[in-house]
Amino acid sequence: MTDKLLTVAITGMNALPDNPGPGLAVARCLREAYGDGIRIVGLGYDALDPGLYLGEYCDSVYLLSYPLNGSELLLERLAEIQALEKIDLLIPCLDAELPLMVALAEKLAELGIKTFMPNADQFERRAKSRLAELAEASGIAHPELKALANPHFFRECEKEGWPYPLVVKGVFYDAKIVANPEQAAAAFHSIASEWGLPVLVQRFVAGEEYNLAGIGDGQGVLLGEVMMKKRAVTSKGKAWAGVATADGQLAEVARKLVAELKWKGPLEVEVMRDAKGDYQLIEINPRFPAWIYLSHGVGRNLPALLLELAMGRPAPAMAAPRPGTMFIRHALETIVPLSLFENLMMQGQCIPEAKG
Amino acid sequence: MTRQTLDFPNVESLKRLAISESGFIFDPVTGNSFTVNHTGRAILQLLQKTLDMEQITKRLQAEYAVDAPVADREAIEFANQLRGCFQ
Repeated sequence: MTDKLLTVAITGMNALPDNPGPGLAVARCLREAYGDGIRIVGLGYDALDPGLYLGEYCDSVYLLSYPLNGSELLLERLAEIQALEKIDLLIPCLDAELPLMVALAEKLAELGIKTFMPNADQFERRAKSRLAELAEASGIAHPELKALANPHFFRECEKEGWPYPLVVKGVFYDAKIVANPEQAAAAFHSIASEWGLPVLVQRFVAGEEYNLAGIGDGQGVLLGEVMMKKRAVTSKGKAWAGVATADGQLAEVARKLVAELKWKGPLEVEVMRDAKGDYQLIEINPRFPAWIYLSHGVGRNLPALLLELAMGRPAPAMAAPRPGTMFIRHALETIVPLSLFENLMMQGQCIPEAKG
Repeated sequence: MTRQTLDFPNVESLKRLAISESGFIFDPVTGNSFTVNHTGRAILQLLQKTLDMEQITKRLQAEYAVDAPVADREAIEFANQLRGCFQ
């Protein structure tokens, strides 16, 4: 008797050097945990997403309809892929697609595709624009934040008690520190054109940034938390090197948030540690971060934990935190036969060449 | 000001430090790392046991064969540097 291999589809294969999507790191974690014991379907939105060509991680790959085109087209495309691949579990990894994926969860389940995501209410409550409300309900410090429909605020903001520097953020993604009205207006327009309105402005917190990744079990319990401090960043402020840390105070911040939301699924909590050593909540990302491979490095493989939870199996034991474990990224060229690129461009799918 | 209030970082911050023989220091809570010379490492290892300035200078005098003012000065200078490294 031959059991069908578990098939896991992962989005976010845009492992770009300056701003990588998390999908490839999630795939690497699963490959580390299960080897060839699972099939991985890589899902991307652009034929030049680098992770789509890495046969050691993806058994087959497909292009999806952009989230901007709406949930119907996305579901239609996922149904086409499902007919070919018999996906057991889908792990969405990108901010812009997550609202659609959350809304489609029931329809995906009808197609036989499991997910492990928050519901729409949980998802909405952690939105950047509602962060203050959530932080207050959870008893966590946070910098004040405003939603802006236009950039006029930046001309007079200092008179209104909002001195520079400030942080200008998109509703889904992106954040820029600005030092004057000109920089602020430029950041507003750049973010609005990419991520839409409103644009958010947050008070700047002086201190050091820390990130925590974990999984909420849907009952209010945080599982497998892994903490990290960036040690080198790209031009877009993304981690190029980082070191695992372990602080009970930060873990407690994340536990309070997960308990308040009864969060289900992966999340990344971003905080600033201020001059007093207290943590201020900056944002919550409703997905694994791009640095999630560090979780495998510290013996807490979070994508593998998510797979077990999603499949209704007992959660594997997590190793004790290993502060001091580092990661450093590197850029690497993949040689790609033109036929693979052609298949992705013309058919929206291909089978990447296996390593070796 | 008494010697005991010499403004070393708090004892919990110092106790958690991983101190390598090479002089490489890692703080597992903040993720920060530092390097210290042989004397600095000796003082840090002492500080993980006590913040009592008198005990520290006595140990420095014994270990490095220096007189009390020199040991005092070394410890005070080091305390000043440490304060800049910890929140």
